[in-house]
Amino acid sequence: MSTLAHVFEAAGLATVVLSSVLEMAQKCEPPRALHGEFPLGRPLGKPLDALFQRDVLDRALALLDAPSGPVLEVYPVEIVADETPLACALPPRFDPDVPPAVDEARGIRKAYDRSVTARGTTSVSRKISADEVPDMLSKLYRILDGDAWDELGFPDDDVRSVAQDIRTYYEEAALEMADGPPPEGRQVEAWFFERTEAGALILAARQKMKEVKAPFPQWFYMAPGQRGRITS
Amino acid sequence: MAEDRQTGDQMMRAHAATLPVPVFEHAAFVTPPILRQATVAIVTSAALHCADDEGFSAGDTSFRAIQREQKNLVLGHWSPNFDRTGVVLDLNVVFPIDRLEEMANEGVIGAVAPTHYSFAGNQPDDVATLRYDTGPTVAQALRAEGVDVVILTPV
Repeated sequence: MSTLAHVFEAAGLATVVLSSVLEMAQKCEPPRALHGEFPLGRPLGKPLDALFQRDVLDRALALLDAPSGPVLEVYPVEIVADETPLACALPPRFDPDVPPAVDEARGIRKAYDRSVTARGTTSVSRKISADEVPDMLSKLYRILDGDAWDELGFPDDDVRSVAQDIRTYYEEAALEMADGPPPEGRQVEAWFFERTEAGALILAARQKMKEVKAPFPQWFYMAPGQRGRITS
Repeated sequence: MAEDRQTGDQMMRAHAATLPVPVFEHAAFVTPPILRQATVAIVTSAALHCADDEGFSAGDTSFRAIQREQKNLVLGHWSPNFDRTGVVLDLNVVFPIDRLEEMANEGVIGAVAPTHYSFAGNQPDDVATLRYDTGPTVAQALRAEGVDVVILTPV
């Protein structure tokens, strides 16, 4: 973002960056930046809080009054991401003849569909559709069984993207299943990796792919860096 | 969180702080028109795109245009290392288009730009394409539509 700010200013546009990494803004020195120490992925701070978002924007646009730059200010309110798993009950085991994650994924399909209806869109789109989630989970089990990850028929052998789509499927469903206030940053991530069969399966498959020396980006980016204890 | 370890955001911020940044020896500083007369656009690195558009790939250096009235956007960013649910709950937490519309209606800003833009945040470390190709291309397009001020939102 700071690079783009410099490029845009050189072209005659005034810019304001909503910074999310303070050290980066300090090093790159965009002409104007308001740093928000907010959960990564939420540069306006709080979803569904128009007043808070408006205050962030007002303070950011006020930097346009500065006669010279670079100008870097820090938003006065800090929001720390909460890694406590979201309280979100999963459906009970339904079909004992299929692996747990496959059963689980089928069980939350209606909640996922409600999310798509409510929001008019889905981000389950990198490599697979929602219909393919159970089959892809079956393939992840086969990685644990020792089958070659690049011979299982993942689209473009892109296990990383499939893992992202599976996570997104679960996260969008969770927002329909959970009660209470909007989840804090990373609460749904924590729920997925610590409470669901699919999340545990992805972490186990990731470990297995590392052990069989799959390319680093393919296994590492299947989950956030801090998730799971990757051992050599 | 039972384990004594870095949180995801701590880990990512510490990593990002080590990344190289390009040097701009002659940084420009544009003085915009007064805000109530300025046309404002959003440019985000969240890899947002319309469902009908081509998705972003890993390390993608291209961009997508987002028309002012488009709200049902897909989050195409490839990194697993940030919260993805905030933008599902409320697009404005990344792409504050409704806030801009309110500010235009109140006369705080002059106008909302007709077209906004999205890049992928996980660019190659040298950001050469962004700096010399796609960035200037988007800047020209924004200027051509009368934009004065750009708000840049990261992911």
